Amino acid sequence: MARAVTTQRKLAFTIIAWTVGLTLFFPVLWTILTSFKTEGEAIATPPTFFFFDWTLENYVEVQERSNYLRHAMNSVVISVGSTLLGLLVAIPAAWSMAFSPTKRTKDILMWMLSTKMLPAVGVLMPIYLMCQWLGLLDSLVALVAILMLMNLPIIVWMLYTYFKEIPGDILEAARMDGASLGKEIIYVLTPMAVPGIASTLLLNIILAWNEAFWTLNLTASKAAPLTAFIASYSSPEGLFWAKLSAASTLAIAPILVMGWFSQKQLVRGLTFGAVK
Amino acid sequence: MRFMPILLGTCAAALLAGQALAETTLTIATVNNGDMIRMQKLTDDFTAKHPDIKVEWVTMEENVLRQKVTTDIATKGGQYDIMTIGTYEVPIWAKQGWLVPLESLGADYDVDDLLPAIRGGLTVEDKLYAAPFYGESSMVMYRTDLFEKAGLDMPDAPSWDFVAEAARKITDKDNEVYGICLRGKAGWGENMAFLTATANSFGARWFDENWQPQFDQPEWKQTLQFYVDLMEDAGPPGASSNGFNENLALFQTGKCGMWIDATVAASFVTNPDESQVADKVGFALAPDNGLGKRGNWLWAWSLAVPAGSEKTEAAQEFISWATGKDYAKLVAAKEGWANVPPGTRTSLYENPMYQEAAPFAEMTLESIKAADPKHPTVDPVPYVGVQFVAIPEFQGLGTAVGQQFSAALAGQVSVDQALKNAQTLTEREMKRSGYIK
Repeated sequence: MARAVTTQRKLAFTIIAWTVGLTLFFPVLWTILTSFKTEGEAIATPPTFFFFDWTLENYVEVQERSNYLRHAMNSVVISVGSTLLGLLVAIPAAWSMAFSPTKRTKDILMWMLSTKMLPAVGVLMPIYLMCQWLGLLDSLVALVAILMLMNLPIIVWMLYTYFKEIPGDILEAARMDGASLGKEIIYVLTPMAVPGIASTLLLNIILAWNEAFWTLNLTASKAAPLTAFIASYSSPEGLFWAKLSAASTLAIAPILVMGWFSQKQLVRGLTFGAVK
Repeated sequence: MRFMPILLGTCAAALLAGQALAETTLTIATVNNGDMIRMQKLTDDFTAKHPDIKVEWVTMEENVLRQKVTTDIATKGGQYDIMTIGTYEVPIWAKQGWLVPLESLGADYDVDDLLPAIRGGLTVEDKLYAAPFYGESSMVMYRTDLFEKAGLDMPDAPSWDFVAEAARKITDKDNEVYGICLRGKAGWGENMAFLTATANSFGARWFDENWQPQFDQPEWKQTLQFYVDLMEDAGPPGASSNGFNENLALFQTGKCGMWIDATVAASFVTNPDESQVADKVGFALAPDNGLGKRGNWLWAWSLAVPAGSEKTEAAQEFISWATGKDYAKLVAAKEGWANVPPGTRTSLYENPMYQEAAPFAEMTLESIKAADPKHPTVDPVPYVGVQFVAIPEFQGLGTAVGQQFSAALAGQVSVDQALKNAQTLTEREMKRSGYIK
């Protein structure tokens, strides 16, 4: 393939890739820039790009007004907790579907995916009432459980496609050597699927981190994660764009950094199994 | 989903045990605006006086707040001990038995000091169900420099004809100066707040005494035609997606000659840190049409205690602190008189220090006095509310009608068609809800 790529084509692809990348990143960049402006500068037309009086006042204000660390900790617990719990359930499920398929396996997978097609608000009231009945409104336990359930179909699907790539013969060999089912999954399957599991983990942490329906509707103060922290800076009467941007920047910073460091795993995991 | 109840159940026991040990903590749901944020910062004053009470704030954007507190109160969720709600919710929720009547605000609270128009909107069957934290109306904000340049003189109480004429005269589209900026974004609290209040001054009403929708009457046609024509001649482009914030940005950057909106905007547009036109803004009452009603609305963000709360005594102590006379003095001492929450107490407007510090004080008071939620229209109506109809169906109805009117402003449908659609959909909803047969 490399031989066919001329310098010109390479250049064109590079330019296209950068254009697409920068376009996708632009809203984030704009949010970060706005967070360093004054409120007056934030709404200025024409907008200013880099040449404005950089200020940290919005960050100071946000720190004074809300407890960032508590919200961030809640976000970590909810996203990591729900993903780990999800993996615990999904690994055996994906194993059984990948290595002992029946003629209904495809239907089960489709049925799982179909649960994602229902708009979340459709089940808001039943779930809200269940949480209230169990005394779990505004609690991390409820959010971990619910987000795990919401992301479970995706986790199962991703793991299923990774597991499908692993030759069943290896597992069979392990069985021949006398490995029990549990040992087979823990010592043979899991190590081979580590890249797949890692990317599933990362992607689902990101999804759970950004989840802004259940986390807003089922929390008040104690369990409120960063989504609620951002939402508290939005206002229909009053332009607080700079403060809102500062809050948003603080909320996305941890996940952005995590994304940068784990880029390789993410990309490798997402393209795992794409080339046959 | 099968294992979820089991999982939730096991964890519930642990959580409930934890809650029993907690101290008295008041969870307060509130909106994100300047006055509320200031109150949060001053909470230490309250906790110093009441060391046994802890205060936990939940700040939300208005629409999110409404959605969350409605869910909570309708299911008796008990997540909040104090809710910030508006004049629309109070009469409806009080009738449903969802709110605790505020009967222990203390001897020195002085309920009679509350402005009658505001108090009236929060009282059901002679019981106060919410205490006003700040009240607002709407008024005209205009650019004194542009008026001077055009040789116009804004009266204190303008008519719609004058406003329309002035708007057309000031408009200079080549230089991006538009005579008037008005709400166009669809929503019961967006364009319909403005248009319902404006319709009142044109002699229109939502319903007659028998709950029959009135969009087929000439007064509504006159209102909507006037609005659409005026915005076409003198309004900014894309006005059908403009709400409060969009118009605020336009006005602050010098693109609007006039803006009719909430009185709370006065403090924003006159703030030199945010507004490029801070020293060139004048205020006037909302316009009228000589029919005895002005086109201004009335709203009060108020604190109420939901019936699901188990801490009603502590909650009322907090409300008494936050909406009492001493709170005004506390704000004045820390941040100056201009930052005291406006529009709730007569004593504030009689205070010479406040009159001096807030140039818009008199206009705000006059605007609030000019609105009467119990008799909002020229002809009699069966409902309470100036820019809304205090029935549960109104949120959905107001937004659906607002979408029709926003489409008319955008030129997607004609004024006649928009009114016809509004009439049909309102009739259908009112029949379905059993108001009419």
